Amino acid sequence: MAHTETKTREKTLAEKVLERTGVDVRECYQCGKCTAGCPMVPFMDLTPSQVMRLVQIGDEEAVDTLLSSTALWSCVGCLTCTQRCPKDLDPAAVMDAVREIAYEEGRVPDEQRKVLRFHQAFLETVKHAGRMSEVPLTALYKTLSGDFFSDVTLAPAMLLRGKLPLILKVISGRKEVGRIFEKCLSEEEGEEDPS
Amino acid sequence: MTTLGYYPGCSLHGAGRELDQSIRALAEVAGVDLVEIEDWNCCGATAAHSLNHDLAVALPYRTLALAEAQGLAEVVAPCAACFSRLKGTAVRLARDPDLVEKMHRITERPYKGTVRILNANEYVDRLLDAGLADKLTHRLDGLKVAPYYGCLLSRGEDIVPDDHEHPTAMERALVAAGCEVVPWNFATECCGGGFSMSKTDAVVDLSDAILSDAEDAGADAVVTSCPMCHSNLDMRQRTINAAGRGPHDLPILYLSEVLGLAAGIEPERLGLDRHFVDAMRVTERVAEAKEPERETQKA
Repeated sequence: MAHTETKTREKTLAEKVLERTGVDVRECYQCGKCTAGCPMVPFMDLTPSQVMRLVQIGDEEAVDTLLSSTALWSCVGCLTCTQRCPKDLDPAAVMDAVREIAYEEGRVPDEQRKVLRFHQAFLETVKHAGRMSEVPLTALYKTLSGDFFSDVTLAPAMLLRGKLPLILKVISGRKEVGRIFEKCLSEEEGEEDPS
Repeated sequence: MTTLGYYPGCSLHGAGRELDQSIRALAEVAGVDLVEIEDWNCCGATAAHSLNHDLAVALPYRTLALAEAQGLAEVVAPCAACFSRLKGTAVRLARDPDLVEKMHRITERPYKGTVRILNANEYVDRLLDAGLADKLTHRLDGLKVAPYYGCLLSRGEDIVPDDHEHPTAMERALVAAGCEVVPWNFATECCGGGFSMSKTDAVVDLSDAILSDAEDAGADAVVTSCPMCHSNLDMRQRTINAAGRGPHDLPILYLSEVLGLAAGIEPERLGLDRHFVDAMRVTERVAEAKEPERETQKA
């Protein structure tokens, strides 16, 4: 990903988060309510309130800890933190923004690759067909993640129940959706090529 | 005839097929015409907002713009994730004209902001008002149910029109269908959502806790309106049992299936035979409950 070079100083992580989400993490007073309600805390190396705190601190060490954390990839997006934040700060959106930055900078911890591969397989399927479909999604996910052996008995059981359509539905606007992907994924979105 | 726009979403063509079947069957009974958005695309679900904040808005934006161009004022999005993404996008666009402009540029489609998105619970409520309430001739008297809202039908300021900690949107319909709503603690806890494949361990832990609490509360079934919750609680119930939990044997029903049964629609038409955990047993209970009533009518 290209970086903006014209700035006199690099933006702080808190500023980048503010830009992407509208959330000013400096307002977080560390009450811990987000952490108390988070169902994924047992699967995280940093709690949601620690993520908020490290974005506030924003020095090299804090940013490094954050961008390599497994917490970013363990957020399930249940919105409990956001719903309960007494400062209306939307920690779930902060988690999304920091994950996005970690992804752009190629900082995904090895043990979290499965989550990333799933998201990538999902988006790739949608980019090409306009819609998600279980068969191509699962095939692509398994190819990308190398996770070939989980759930091998599930597919026949789903098939039996008519829950695994084998014909991929492709929408007429698939090329249009593909263009939307290209534009969103290119950082210099203002300078998109006219084609 | 009342017309409502319809956004099935990707899951409803696959794993969540019975949600689609029961939503459509109910519309027919209530005399509501569902008009599918032409050429709708995926909402982007968890994957888009996990990796790209523009894409997370642009994908639902295209669908909203298509619905508006088609003249659909209200659109039902039965999948809780689709609902949350579509309505969440609509809410953000309404607040942020710069975002509208940016999305217009990215998608090359205009959107004025006229489309209202309804979730499956609001939809069922709407049908009850439209006349479905008078057609519930096969009430499921005595069926004890735990209404499960999960995350995306309980949370989201300005998205879910309900009490976020104690939602009640399903209760009117469940009571109208003759069910007994049991009080329980896990109505808004997360099932593990989109981590079904990539973090199955988390899904096993979280969904096991939900099933256990519903059982402790004496529920005969859990009722949901979310295809992700359904797949984690129903399809993954065997995975949970195989992990040494439970063992659970709890049917997971869609709200639209429950209302469909109460309206006398054949269970197969509602997709009740497609569940992993046998859900057809619920219909047997209904039949038993109905027997004495029929006899008194004969006599």
